[in-house]
Amino acid sequence: MSDAALWATVIAASLVCLGLKLAGHLIPEHWLASDRVARTAALVTASLLAALVAVQTVGDGQGITLDARLPALGVAAVALALRAPFLVVVILAAATAAGLRALGLA
Amino acid sequence: MTISSGADSPLRAEPPARPDERTEVRAAVRQAVSVSVATGLYGISFGALSVVAGLDLPQTMVLSLLMFSGGSQFALLGVVASGGTSAAAVTTAGLLGLRNTLYGAQLSPLLALHGWRRVLAAHVTIDESTAVATAQRSKAAFRAGFWWTGIGIFVVWNLLTLVGALAGDAMGDPKAWGLDAAAGAAFLALLWPRLASRVMQLTAALAVVVAVALLPFVPPGVPVLAAAAVAIVVGQVARQPRQPVTVTAYVPDGAAPSSPAPSPEAPPASTRPADPAGQGDPSTPTDPPTTDRTEEP
Repeated sequence: MSDAALWATVIAASLVCLGLKLAGHLIPEHWLASDRVARTAALVTASLLAALVAVQTVGDGQGITLDARLPALGVAAVALALRAPFLVVVILAAATAAGLRALGLA
Repeated sequence: MTISSGADSPLRAEPPARPDERTEVRAAVRQAVSVSVATGLYGISFGALSVVAGLDLPQTMVLSLLMFSGGSQFALLGVVASGGTSAAAVTTAGLLGLRNTLYGAQLSPLLALHGWRRVLAAHVTIDESTAVATAQRSKAAFRAGFWWTGIGIFVVWNLLTLVGALAGDAMGDPKAWGLDAAAGAAFLALLWPRLASRVMQLTAALAVVVAVALLPFVPPGVPVLAAAAVAIVVGQVARQPRQPVTVTAYVPDGAAPSSPAPSPEAPPASTRPADPAGQGDPSTPTDPPTTDRTEEP
């Protein structure tokens, strides 16, 4: 993506996100009060995040590569199960991948 | 009783402040500060990952200042870093920002704002500010919790985005530091507290299968959007007991309120999101808190 395209992406996405927040404050509350809307929004959020986990962990452009990211994600999952703070989870995952690569194991 | 512009609002018909209301406001501010620090801190990982993904410092700061929604910000990086199109990046960030629309609809009746204050409130409407606000019992504490958390996170998040971006710039090869693995871990941490119900777990698993299966065959960015489409289909067909708007913020131990207010309208515990922090995520509620809470003993 060129720098101009990247700027356009950053600005457009930011305005979309801000607009969505503002819409919530402006529209009548009951418009969004349906169970189905709430459920679908929650599912979309979880689905996008799950897909992003997968793509970030095994994706490689348009393909799949298994490398140090996979064990690093496992370590992150264990840290989350142990209720570690967000930053600790992220640092442990990075350290795992960096360590495995430094040792030539992945 | 005022006869100001909001006289038609039911909120104006509240009784005088209870004696313990100030204590509640102080407690809300304390929660807000601890949540702000805990959440704002991971702005450092966003800043570092952003420069690694190829954004420069001003672009990174625009995202934290203007988009200001962690999930959407990380998602934009993810799509850009994997070579996705601009349209895919904007759509993914927007879909992840949709939940903020629901939060806004829930917050605005109690905030009762107009003009630029309403725009400012919308800007700081995120998981955490909604979670802290809706965990309060009185309207004053609700407002204090919302503003202190929203503005607190905004300040810390942006300062640490800057620190992270400068550090990321100085780090050199991101792979040697494992930063490519950090992105997946960041998404997992955002996802984790949302996996409470069986339907959520199955949908997330389905999303992973769909995204990975499509990965080799479609342009970058599309697998993630396909997963969103799966969720929309599941949302239409899945039969589930009442699932209210849930606010799910990852709040680590210690940062959470010690006694989340039980809401009279709250659903049974089984339909609430899990609480990875044990006693804590201030995030249960759900239905917009109503003014009658201010009349609770």
